[in-house]
Amino acid sequence: MLARCGMKELRDLYSDVPDELKLKAPYNLPAEMSETEVRGFFNNLAKDNKNISVCFAGGGFYDHYVPAAATSVIGRSEFLTAYTPYQPEISQGTLQYIFEYQTMMARLTGMDISNASMYDGATATAEAMMMAVASVRKRRRILVSATLNPAVRRVVDTYARYHQVEVNTIRELDGATDKEHLAGLLDTHSDVAGVILPLPNYYGIIEDYSGIADMVHARKALLIMNCIAADLATLRTPGEWGADIACGDAQSLGIPLSFGGPYLGFLCATKALMRKMPGRIVGATTDDKGRRSFVLTLQAREQHIRRDKATSNICSNQGLMTLYVSAYMSLLGTAGLREVAYRGHQTACYMLQSLTAAGGCRLKYPDRPFLNEFLLETECDIDTFIRRCIDEAGILPGIKVGDNCLLMAATEMQTRQNVDRLVEIYRSL
Amino acid sequence: MNRELYGKLVFEISRPGRRGYRLPDNHMEGNPIPDNGEKAPAIPGTLLRQTPLSLPECDELSVVRHYNNMSNNNFGVDTGFYPLGSCTMKYNPKINEEIAGHPMSAASHPATPAYASQGNLRLYHTLQRALSEIGGMAEFTLNPFAGAHGELTGLMVIRAYHDSRGDTGRRKVIVPDSAHGTNPASAAVAGLEVVEVKSRPDGTVDVDDLRPLLDSTVAAVMMTNPNTLGLFERNIPEIARLAHEAGALMYYDGANLNPMLGVARPGDMGFDVMHINLHKTFSTPHGGGGPGSGPVGVRAGLEQFLPNPRVEKFTESDGKETFRLTATETALGSISATLGNFAVQARALGYILSLGSEGLMQAGPLATLNANYVKECLKDDYLLPIDCICKHEFVFDGLKDKSTGVTTLNIAKRLLDHGYHAPTIYFPLLFHESLMIEPTETESKETLDDFIAVMHDIAREARETPEAVLSAPHNTPITHPDDTAAALNPVTTFDQLN
Repeated sequence: MLARCGMKELRDLYSDVPDELKLKAPYNLPAEMSETEVRGFFNNLAKDNKNISVCFAGGGFYDHYVPAAATSVIGRSEFLTAYTPYQPEISQGTLQYIFEYQTMMARLTGMDISNASMYDGATATAEAMMMAVASVRKRRRILVSATLNPAVRRVVDTYARYHQVEVNTIRELDGATDKEHLAGLLDTHSDVAGVILPLPNYYGIIEDYSGIADMVHARKALLIMNCIAADLATLRTPGEWGADIACGDAQSLGIPLSFGGPYLGFLCATKALMRKMPGRIVGATTDDKGRRSFVLTLQAREQHIRRDKATSNICSNQGLMTLYVSAYMSLLGTAGLREVAYRGHQTACYMLQSLTAAGGCRLKYPDRPFLNEFLLETECDIDTFIRRCIDEAGILPGIKVGDNCLLMAATEMQTRQNVDRLVEIYRSL
Repeated sequence: MNRELYGKLVFEISRPGRRGYRLPDNHMEGNPIPDNGEKAPAIPGTLLRQTPLSLPECDELSVVRHYNNMSNNNFGVDTGFYPLGSCTMKYNPKINEEIAGHPMSAASHPATPAYASQGNLRLYHTLQRALSEIGGMAEFTLNPFAGAHGELTGLMVIRAYHDSRGDTGRRKVIVPDSAHGTNPASAAVAGLEVVEVKSRPDGTVDVDDLRPLLDSTVAAVMMTNPNTLGLFERNIPEIARLAHEAGALMYYDGANLNPMLGVARPGDMGFDVMHINLHKTFSTPHGGGGPGSGPVGVRAGLEQFLPNPRVEKFTESDGKETFRLTATETALGSISATLGNFAVQARALGYILSLGSEGLMQAGPLATLNANYVKECLKDDYLLPIDCICKHEFVFDGLKDKSTGVTTLNIAKRLLDHGYHAPTIYFPLLFHESLMIEPTETESKETLDDFIAVMHDIAREARETPEAVLSAPHNTPITHPDDTAAALNPVTTFDQLN
């Protein structure tokens, strides 16, 4: 092969690289390993993790049952090892499952359209913010509820800072968005492009957003809702609240926790915003023999066409994760999603009642309804509680919020016995 | 596959009442609840979903068959040769899938306290160090979720650096005209203005064109090296010197890092900030376009601007190593809610360990050899506008014989008939008929020879029976989908279809 290239040795291929730039020694990295050794290396790493088999932590990411069939489907290497479906003739698999995903997400959120390209819920919310700024001319202010997940808020703030967007916080009143403060902010500022509200909020509370869409739309701003995807099978949807954009993380729809990723951000919107939507969108069409076909469409919106005029730099097509979510929803259906939500609610209620019966703790916001996650205020030393639950029972009891609160979530994966064990440790503190 | 039988949408195979799941028994039904505890507030009906949700109702076999039949209409690296330029479609070793699904990490919640997730944090830190060694950088963050996300993060690092020095007037990024579309788009998202610098006829950046652009308003020069023509920017030391003299930083787009493995490091070329696409150079599967991972590295002196949280190693008084999450005020902020795509990072570390130092040293040269071999074998039939040594990829400007009427698009579609994925087409924008080929190092000589023979066949067909090429593809599951109709009247959900 070298001879065909007119060369004698491999180094000749780099005669155009100045010598002073070239590596003088091999990388300071370990020698090659066999599969068995690699497997052993990762098994050893896993031993450094505490064994946690029961997870009451949520905060946007939940321990849900992942059907074996979903795992099997995403393992199909024709899906796994493909790239973005630029050649529709040999990518109908990817294109069709994305089309199905878009349909399911539009129905779930109550919106008209969906893309398939967001990394996670936080960046999807930041993209929604940029979409609002690009849609509403000459307005660069976004109002964000104080009850939004702080991890999402930090990402929104970072994007806003560099993208020259002003972010104002809508105050919290007793665990929910202060509607009067929102009205006041809308009165004070005439340059609000969008309002971001959580569904449910960081504390697990299902807020009542009655009247807000009208208030926001009267000011010609867009209403954006950051949602926990799985909950929308049960809760009033962004579409029903009158939102223009629904976004958030779809991890709750069958994606393993994997210590933080990969997850899937979803971004759905009304039809009016279709041409402002970032990322990949699949559309249906027909081929020259009249067969139903799917293609990437509306590409004039995207970075590779618009370059520096693009409103987003998204290049990913979060294909494999949309496949996870589509397979999950196809297997569970509406009944399954509602059963999952019901069981999470049931176990969360049981956990609240059992812990408060033990004393020394209470629901932080007692009048606010929740689905499967709540904020518990307690006098106990939370760090000790978390450590003892992990060390003694392999239970992650929740996420510490402030000095004296624990954010606790339940799903269909935890049993009555798991809750009882948690309460036993709580009582013994 | 029988399209009549198996070509339906999942909504069309749904039948009321079918289900493909069974949830575990949580032992709640029929058991007592402590009555002295606090009861959850009732959820008012107005806060519940008002309209029924329609999702597919299917048994497990129907779902599995549905997706497996769809996968038969898909082409991946495991299916066949995928010479898609600039995408580095190398083989994704199977052991890494096993690692990514390791039960200990697959079930790990991102909010697990650091003391209980030392194994995960050690994995992150080990990869961070390995990438620093390979990139010639002081420190890496693995938090960015994709290459474009890495670009954005890297540009934010650069802005945070200039801002920290009170040098707030720098709002321009200089980008070559051959750059990937994400470069200018990332700059725009980061609030920066893009200034294009022209390429010389030999395809590399024109230093004379660059020099006058460099002033106190320039934040960074953003480059890919080798560039998108697959050519090494040999003036890079001079470019870096000029940029640094003007107070700007050098950004390395790591999309084309693969051929530099074992040869040269971006840090040694004078770059200050870089990103790496783990799904390209480090062999994690592309997944139909995602998930990727785009770690960002910085040279010494820029670490404090990397996004929060970071993973740092500490040595305890007893000599034991521990890993902690840290956050700083000087950081650019947070660009992710978690530590990034952990399962992708795990695969990349698996790849690095499998190849080891020696294997990685060979990867770049072999990728370059494969590209040059294909180029040399095909340049008799295909127009090579810049005839010199390439790196991992090269660009033809369509067929040499322009009289046939056969375009790059026709060639790409004809390749599909032969069981190949098409090269990248109509990019870079420097030529009218760009056909960009990147074979990667994981393809054998036999695979390349077969491909070369087919490319020659297509060139011959173009001369002798052009109609066969002009009307391609012929053998694919669908042929000539109507893109115009799709864009004119967008149908993006099943509900709009009916």
